[in-house]
Amino acid sequence: MNINFTLFSQAIAFGIFIWFTVRFVWPFMIRAIEARQKEIADGLAAAERGKHELELAGKRAAEVLREAKHQAQEIMAQAEKRAAVMVDEAKASAKTEGERLVVAAKAEIDQEVNRARENLRLQVAALAVAGAEKILRREVDAKAHADILSSIQAQL
Amino acid sequence: MAAAQELTPNQYISHHLTNLTASIGDGPFWTLHVDTLVTAAIVGILGMGFIWWVVKDATSGVPSKRQAFVELAIEFIDDQVKGIFHGNRHSFVAPAALTVFVWVLLMNAMDFLPVDIMALFYEHVLGLHNWRSVPTADVNTTFALALSVWGLMIFYGIKVKGLGGWIHELFCAPFGKNPLLWPANLLFNLIEYVSKPLSHSLRLYGNMYAGEIIFLLLGMWAATGLAGTVFGAILGAGWAIFHILIVVLQAFIFMMLTVVYLSMAHESH
Repeated sequence: MNINFTLFSQAIAFGIFIWFTVRFVWPFMIRAIEARQKEIADGLAAAERGKHELELAGKRAAEVLREAKHQAQEIMAQAEKRAAVMVDEAKASAKTEGERLVVAAKAEIDQEVNRARENLRLQVAALAVAGAEKILRREVDAKAHADILSSIQAQL
Repeated sequence: MAAAQELTPNQYISHHLTNLTASIGDGPFWTLHVDTLVTAAIVGILGMGFIWWVVKDATSGVPSKRQAFVELAIEFIDDQVKGIFHGNRHSFVAPAALTVFVWVLLMNAMDFLPVDIMALFYEHVLGLHNWRSVPTADVNTTFALALSVWGLMIFYGIKVKGLGGWIHELFCAPFGKNPLLWPANLLFNLIEYVSKPLSHSLRLYGNMYAGEIIFLLLGMWAATGLAGTVFGAILGAGWAIFHILIVVLQAFIFMMLTVVYLSMAHESH
């Protein structure tokens, strides 16, 4: 326990060390630490905000999805309805077309029948004339009775 | 043993407890304990230098392990100071506390160096016959620190409260303003002002000095033969492990008391 001048020297050293820490060490470290703390706090706040936004986005997405489903259903219903209408229309048009075709065919058949009948008549007339000719050839001069024959031919 | 010749236990211990002195004037007061000063300066420069080296390119981004370690220490101190001192701690009190803690811790930690091996090193490598490794086991160091804190205490007391306020407090606190109580207040305050640096310094000094002596006593087992050496080594290891606690605890207590004293000086009653 001998007190001597060492005490003062140590006190001076102590003073220098404190001055050094106050001047060169503490402010820099505290600045860095505080900056990082702020960054972390900001980061946490941003994360919180992000989480909140994500939640909102999820809700919005669900909403949109629901709406889309709804719309799709509507569209499908409409399409079905439309399809039914179209089928009905097609059926109707097919029916009318068919009827039209039948009518046309009937008309054609009638025409065909008429034409055949006409042909047949002409042939019968020709046959009759030929038969008459053969009969008359013996006793009738074709030249003398040509006008009568042609008038008969025209009447048939 | 540091010296080759036969030593009595008394000589052994007093050899290890003798400072390397340098006289700078007449009378016993004008001497310097060179070992104390040099060791304290070296560990202080190493400690604060290390922290400064880490701090000077500190980043607020992801810290390196080194920086994280220093930050851990600084934030630990800052937390302690924050709990006690309610003012702008960054301007002086917290960095001062950091200095005290780091420096005292390192000076105390010199106690872990094995006394006899270090004595051999000092004697045969550096040519120094007497060299005490632990600056805080020198009462001059602890008094220097405690008296510096004491001076700061008075400085801040006067700075914060004004000279009048400080003197007013000497007479009117803690018992009351009544003039009849002035002598009691003054006496109380004087005792407080005397006891603060005494308890502050002697607590640290006593712990470290006692620790050093116990290491020396354990070291003497080695003189009794092989069994004694083994026994002494085991006990020495045990004491060193326990001493880790003491070294850190005493540095912490010294730092805390510094902060408490300084913050008391800032507060008005």
